[in-house]
Amino acid sequence: MTDWTDIGALEDIPERGARIIKTHIGCIAIFRTAENEVFAIDDACPHKGGPLSEGIVHGRSVTCPLHNMVLRLDTGLAQGADSGAVNTYATRIESGRILLDTAQLRRERVA
Amino acid sequence: MPKNLIVIGAGMASGRMLEHLFETQPGVWNVTLFNAEPRGNYNRLMLSPVLAGDKTYAEIVTHDANWYESHGVTCRFGEKVLRIDREAQVVVGENGAVPYDRIVIATGSNPFMIPLPGHDLDGVIPYRDLDDTETMMSLGARPGARAIVIGGGLLGLEAAAGMKAQGVDVTVIHVMGHLMERQLDEAAGYLLKKSLEEKDINVLTSANSQEILGTDGRVSGLRLDDGTELPCDLLVMAVGIRPNVALAQEAGLAVGRGIHVDDAMITSDANILALGECVEHQGAVFGLVAPLYDQAKVAAETLGGRPAAFTPKEVATKLKVTGCDLFSAGDFAEGEGREDIVFRDPARGVYKRLVLEGSRLIGAVMYGDTGDGTWFHGLIKDHSDVSDMRDTLIFGPAFQGGAPSDPLAAVAALPGDAEICGCNGICKSTIVDAINGGATTLSDVRAQTKASASCGTCTGLVEQVMALTLGDGFEVQTVKPMCPCTPLTHMDVRRLIKSRALKSMAAVMQECGWTTSCGCASCRPALNYYLLCDWPGEYQDDDQSRFVNERMHSNIQKDGTYSVVPRMWGGITTPDELRAIADAADKYAVQTVKVTGGQRIDLLGVRKQDLPDIWADLNAAGMVSGQAYAKGLRTVKTCVGSDHCRFGTQDSTGLGIRMEKALWGAWTPAKVKMAVSGCPRNCAESTCKDVGVICVDSGYVLHIGGAAGLHIQGTEVMCTVRTEDEVLEYTAAVVQLYREEAAYLERMYKWMDNVGLDHIVERVVTDADSRRALADRFYYAQKFMQQDPWAERTKPAYRALYAPLADLTLEAAE
Repeated sequence: MTDWTDIGALEDIPERGARIIKTHIGCIAIFRTAENEVFAIDDACPHKGGPLSEGIVHGRSVTCPLHNMVLRLDTGLAQGADSGAVNTYATRIESGRILLDTAQLRRERVA
Repeated sequence: MPKNLIVIGAGMASGRMLEHLFETQPGVWNVTLFNAEPRGNYNRLMLSPVLAGDKTYAEIVTHDANWYESHGVTCRFGEKVLRIDREAQVVVGENGAVPYDRIVIATGSNPFMIPLPGHDLDGVIPYRDLDDTETMMSLGARPGARAIVIGGGLLGLEAAAGMKAQGVDVTVIHVMGHLMERQLDEAAGYLLKKSLEEKDINVLTSANSQEILGTDGRVSGLRLDDGTELPCDLLVMAVGIRPNVALAQEAGLAVGRGIHVDDAMITSDANILALGECVEHQGAVFGLVAPLYDQAKVAAETLGGRPAAFTPKEVATKLKVTGCDLFSAGDFAEGEGREDIVFRDPARGVYKRLVLEGSRLIGAVMYGDTGDGTWFHGLIKDHSDVSDMRDTLIFGPAFQGGAPSDPLAAVAALPGDAEICGCNGICKSTIVDAINGGATTLSDVRAQTKASASCGTCTGLVEQVMALTLGDGFEVQTVKPMCPCTPLTHMDVRRLIKSRALKSMAAVMQECGWTTSCGCASCRPALNYYLLCDWPGEYQDDDQSRFVNERMHSNIQKDGTYSVVPRMWGGITTPDELRAIADAADKYAVQTVKVTGGQRIDLLGVRKQDLPDIWADLNAAGMVSGQAYAKGLRTVKTCVGSDHCRFGTQDSTGLGIRMEKALWGAWTPAKVKMAVSGCPRNCAESTCKDVGVICVDSGYVLHIGGAAGLHIQGTEVMCTVRTEDEVLEYTAAVVQLYREEAAYLERMYKWMDNVGLDHIVERVVTDADSRRALADRFYYAQKFMQQDPWAERTKPAYRALYAPLADLTLEAAE
């Protein structure tokens, strides 16, 4: 089951930038790439918990601002020699609005 | 007995449908064709060649009076349809009603007009039909006529190029950062802009229109939101189209963005079909012609009672502007499992990018050489397996098994008069001449031409010129490239930015042959700095290419909170400032208040969403950002000097404050710390700073290149000067030289190690003209840099970025 929730407009996020949303399971970072795609991942680096939403976005990756771990936005996996992963959340864009699947957040809580 | 078919709208889609209909079902239909324009079907796509003077109207007519007559079509051109009466089964036109068995709605789209003040003035037109085209063409007859086109998409650029061909002075205003952003990526957008500018078309990107200006009810110009006013005689708005659904909506048909149709092109009424730009199929609307032709075929089959289904296909875009060769097709977003193949040939202005997913090609963007576009488009549409061709795919069908691109291409492409050595003004041809005259080593070239004999930052480029001229007889020293995106070094890139006047990140990546589409976390901040330094007032700082501390104007701490440091000029503060700092610390529950080594106060543990508020409070008390996070001037540390100290020889605090006020805000390759000590006892520790001043009775000793961090290094004495004004001029000059010559993240001492103290003394001390020019350039750049980031970011437009996008804590817990 999915439950698409409107969390804001695409243009509220700078291109190649991110904003966060607050949820009961912690902050989730919502990224917008140069190609206007949107991705949602946990806002905490698997290395030392750095706020990924503050990293530099390049292609479909983000570099953590604390110690430069690079994570894929679409899979949540660490790149290069590093290992580790963050949770990813389903999003889609409809008429310039960003929708997040909040059913997934509820499942996270149950799990 | 033929059945009555009414077609509303004589556009390209309905024309094509009628052709199919008469071909497959002759004699079945008695057709009435309504068109609001007083003419029949013509090829709207060819309006641009008409505008440019390449074709005439007669040549683009697709169906003439004879054709309609021979197929028994009743033409009601120039007549608007007032309504569809579904109960009585009639279509009501201005000149009377017509009964129908079936209707095909092909009302097309309306141009979207931005409701700017003044949009209803005379001379403000869309670009949609022949009348608009003729209006634009007639402008060319007036000498010195000027036109503005709002919208840098396909249609807007064709309008601009067409008017230019008629002799009109044209400016294109585009709100996004690069042209045709829906079809092109940034690199191709840059090349397109460049070739339009070469055609003398002015292009302004990231430009927001504010008001259309008029005199006596006629357009006279356009004002942008930055206050720029551009005069014009005609203003063309080409910002997009909206499906024309009014008639269908009024008839009670299902309508979303367009008229809803199913796969057979049938609307919510089984007797009414729709096709073309007015429809919405599976949530998509259409603007390009290829899918419309497919729809026309399906609609004709449906009318004949045969099953047919429309399936949307990948569509390719080509711009019909002579000399601007671009092509885009498919999906070119990056993604997991997707691979980019990028090919750039700076000499020919060629850019090609293919996007692969697994064994399939899914997208292609090309500029400059689009000959293989159709071939690539075919591979995309047919989902062909391209794994066997993977390595040579980008070279196209004719070139399977060729050589990889040449890393020296960027240098090979430089013209003979391109400056290679900036210090000594040596251009490429001089170096080539020396090599042809017998110089075979770098030191020969240095000795004979002086190229790379001063600061040495152009060494890499000189070596590449030698490699190109001598061929295999010369081996380039292995140098460390800037990052994995390019084979060039920091210094190569800096030189090319200057010598080729590259003024945007897309320009650098294209002309220097970047192998990635938008760089990485290591080259983007460096390029942003180089462009900012070399093109003050022209290059727009890119926040998203900065490390978090510079983007947030605060230092991020390990728990994700930030520290806030107000500037204390020369380390001097007042009771009022201290009270305001103490109040802010209380109000925002600051975790730690610390005195820093640079003589100011650090408030640690501020939450991100509180940053704009604490800045506003400190601003209100007269304080500005201390930029304790910047690759820029941090602090000017001082001792109390002659004001209080019995040993002080000069006013060291006063001078420190003057220096800090003159130098704050400048971005530099790495952080810059300064100090002024009032006597040789050196209480301000001037001898371990990037620039240190030690006051003596007779004047001021200027030290440079010290550091006391990871690396400890004492300063070198640059010179001694007599007055405070001289201290300021020499300091500005040496900082500017460092700004212009060092690699990003290279501290001043490291730069001094590379170029040598002699070079710095020569440029800043011995040569007074050079010193003054450096200082002038520094102060010119400061005009754009000295803006308090706090004041800027407490404005509402920025504030939102510091708050969460949404709060779902309650929502999801339900």
